[in-house]
Amino acid sequence: MAYRVVHYINQFYGGKGGEEVADFKPSLEQGPVGPGSELQKLFGDEARVTGTIICGDGYYAEHIEKARAECLKIVEELKPDLFIAGPAFNAGRYGVACGDICAAVVERLGIPSVTGMFPENPGVELYSKQIFIVKTADSAMGMREALTSMARLGLKLLKREPLGSAFEEGYIHRGIRKNFFKEKRGSLRAIDMLLQKIAGQEFRTEYEMPVFKKIPPAPPIKDLKHATIALVTSGGIVPRGNPDRLRVSSAESYAKYDISGLDDLTPENFESIHGGYDRMWANVDPDVVVPLDVMRELEREGVFNKLHPYLYTTTGTGTSVANAERFGREIGHELKEAGVDGVILTST
Amino acid sequence: MAQIATIVPIMLTVGANRIVPGVAIPHPVGNPEAGPEEDKKVRRKLVLRALKALQTEIFEQTIFDSD
Repeated sequence: MAYRVVHYINQFYGGKGGEEVADFKPSLEQGPVGPGSELQKLFGDEARVTGTIICGDGYYAEHIEKARAECLKIVEELKPDLFIAGPAFNAGRYGVACGDICAAVVERLGIPSVTGMFPENPGVELYSKQIFIVKTADSAMGMREALTSMARLGLKLLKREPLGSAFEEGYIHRGIRKNFFKEKRGSLRAIDMLLQKIAGQEFRTEYEMPVFKKIPPAPPIKDLKHATIALVTSGGIVPRGNPDRLRVSSAESYAKYDISGLDDLTPENFESIHGGYDRMWANVDPDVVVPLDVMRELEREGVFNKLHPYLYTTTGTGTSVANAERFGREIGHELKEAGVDGVILTST
Repeated sequence: MAQIATIVPIMLTVGANRIVPGVAIPHPVGNPEAGPEEDKKVRRKLVLRALKALQTEIFEQTIFDSD
């Protein structure tokens, strides 16, 4: 007996129209529609696309909870073995809709789901940790490849076959690492990789570096004499005794401390708890990490108007990019609210 | 924001825009090994450089390694 598959597509691929019908409410059509026909061909006799949910991108984006509930209800009634959404390529609202409905189908109904997106689709950042998102081209030019990978991964999930790495299976990695044994130890594999690189051959890392966002530079301070400057550090400088139990590495929090009454950091009032560098000098004089003494001097000399009364501090070692980004967003927001014009961030 | 730290490639990788190279990893804004006077002198120099960086219009990541 063939597996049952339900497919989710937007109004455009569902043949309803373009942006003018983006508010199209979720509706069910029997059998495959649009890209679903190709999907059906790829599944052959192994699986059957029994129904297609068509929903407008605008509708899903603007009524996300309602749209999710309506789509879930249809999926629940059809009881598929596999749920497929998209591919959405680089279409932002479509990608978010595909990611959101797949995540809900997996979580609420326990049905395996696969979608496909271009890596820069905003849906990837939101949902890649929760669901299988096959890597696709940025436009429908890559439809066939996308559907091929999606069908192949979908069948594997249906048959509960063991999955290879995200790279081998063609999906965007979910941040899951599995332990397994390799014939060659790490140092030998690293040398092999280096030799391949030197020889100009193709090689692949075993641990991908996170991709950092490029942030446009802030405009310069026009009038430093009237500016408020704040000190922020990732050097783990905290009041003695670490009252907020800031972690020595892999920080999950940051802290802010009132330094308005202080002219100097000393071993009597502050210390370093950072687990990633030799703390000897920082504990002799924390100013070598957070330059409070000099900032006070310059404040008195009128080089700038005012030192912000709070020092923000965290530990920047082994700290996840996601946490670091959150700290930055939150601290930035608070400093902006407080009327701070510029920040000096010191890192170890 | 201006960042003072020692490993410039990391600041470039994570996307800092106004970059001031520091003295050493465990003491980015000081040189305690050279004695208290030199320590404070270099700290003042680096902080002034960071303040200068904050007043400089830039359009891409920029390393401020001289005055």
